[in-house]
Order: sequence, then structure tokens, then C-alpha cells
Amino acid sequence: MTNSNNSEQRRLFHDIGVIDFVIVEMNEYLDTHPTDKEAIEYLSHYVRMKNQAMREYAVKYGPLRISDADGCNQDEWKWATQPWPWEGGC
Amino acid sequence: MWSYEKRLQFPVNIKEPNAKIAQVIMSQYGGPDGELGASMRYISQRYSMPYNEVAAILTDIGTEELAHLEMVSTIVHQLTKNLSMEEIEESGFANYYVDHTVGIWPMAAGGIPFNSCEFQSKGDAITDLFEDMAAEQKARTTYDNILRLVHDSDVCEPIRFLRAREIVHFQRFGEALRIVQDKLDSKNFYAFNPEFDRCKS
Repeated sequence: MTNSNNSEQRRLFHDIGVIDFVIVEMNEYLDTHPTDKEAIEYLSHYVRMKNQAMREYAVKYGPLRISDADGCNQDEWKWATQPWPWEGGC
Repeated sequence: MWSYEKRLQFPVNIKEPNAKIAQVIMSQYGGPDGELGASMRYISQRYSMPYNEVAAILTDIGTEELAHLEMVSTIVHQLTKNLSMEEIEESGFANYYVDHTVGIWPMAAGGIPFNSCEFQSKGDAITDLFEDMAAEQKARTTYDNILRLVHDSDVCEPIRFLRAREIVHFQRFGEALRIVQDKLDSKNFYAFNPEFDRCKS
């Protein structure tokens, strides 16, 4: 993998973390404020954004969740062969 | 049912191993106010909780705590990777090393193994939510204590993230308590345990 590919991968991986943080925060907020329509729309927007980014990541670099495994290179099961998060993997 | 995402909730990339600090941070994995107890506390309390919004917050915070125990484990793992035998002996890590090598095993910093007495599931909505609020504050205090002991920014940044989440969860459990109290008799919240007593017809 070239360096530019590596930095692009890192950027997308970082973006997924940021987007998902918004989802976690809005999810928990909505649990105790279930009629806040503005928050529901905000959450939906970020869920769509995350699905798109997770899909893109899976196609380019291998899946971060099994539900995106269908879009991946079929030659190798990257889920198992790539580094794990505690190894500083992305 | 759960599904896994192959990433940490907040990045952990520690360059300098430090077995002394690892022994302190380990407490937030398997110690009295650690993330393992937090997750098990909220996930266990859900089943007899009669209010859907409260079961929702217990489920979602309990799930986030699983991501936190993965972060704490990762910090301990990276702090104990590539230690020399001299470092193990000099840092006081030998007592852990003899039983677990550098594997991750839940215990308190003082050496007490994790057990389910670290948390409560009392089957009473008000009691459990007060426990949950206190638990978030106790974990926040532990992270504050860790931040006074640790000076490596690679370690402090994820610890600060975890500390901030304790404060958010304290707020959410406070709101959950309000939801429960709004459904009870305002003259005596304790007249009736909504997880056990039946409504009078």
C-alpha cells in the first residue's frame, strides 16, 4: 500500500469514528427525549452518513462490521487477516 | 443480540510501555468502578425495568460501556507490550506477570479479582438508577485520580474521553430517574416498587 492510500484510509477511518460518536450521543439523548423530532432527524442524517462511509471503507480496505462484508474483495477474508483495534489497527 | 465493529470508540496509540501505569489503569477494567462492572450493571438491570425509555438507556449505555472496556484493555495491553524482564521486575508488575504474563485479566489495582459484588441489580427502579448515577460519579473520580498519576498524553487523551462519557451518562441516568418518578406517586415515590408490585385494580 502506498503512503497516500494509507493516509486516505486513516482519514476515512477517523471520519467513521467522528460520525459514530454523534450517533452514540444522539441515540442516548433520544432514549430520554423520545419526542424530540429535530434530534430524530439529526440522528437519521448521521446514520445515513455512517452507512455510506462504512460501505466505502469495506469496499476499499475490508469490512469493519460483518453487515458490510458483501461489498468486499472475495479473494481474502480481510476481517480475520487485518490488524485488530488493540494493535492500533485501521 | 450484539454485533461488533472492528474499531475503538476513541483511538489508542501508545508508544511508550509503562507497567506501573498499566497496573493503575487496569482498575478501570476489572476494579470496583470499572467498565466491566458498568456494562454488566446496566445490562443486568434491564430485564425487570417496566419503562421502555429506561430499558433503552440501560441497553445503550451498557453497550457503550463494552466499547469502553475494550479501550481500557487496549491501553493496558499497549502499556505492557514489549516489556523487558528488568522492567517487569522493577515496576512491581511481577505479581501480575506470574499469573497472567501480559494477558488481560479483570482485577482492581490492589489485586482484588473482579466479581459481581462490584455492582448491584436490586430490582427496584429508583434504587438501581441511584446506583447507576453514583457508579458514573465513582468512575469519574477514578479517571480524575488516574489523570493525576499519568503524564503521557498518549494515555491521557483516551482517559479524558472516558471521563467525559461518565458525566454524560450521569446526566442521562438522572433524566431516566425523572421519567420513573413522574410515573410514581409524587407524595411517596417509595409506596410502590414498579418492578415488583402490581397495580391495585
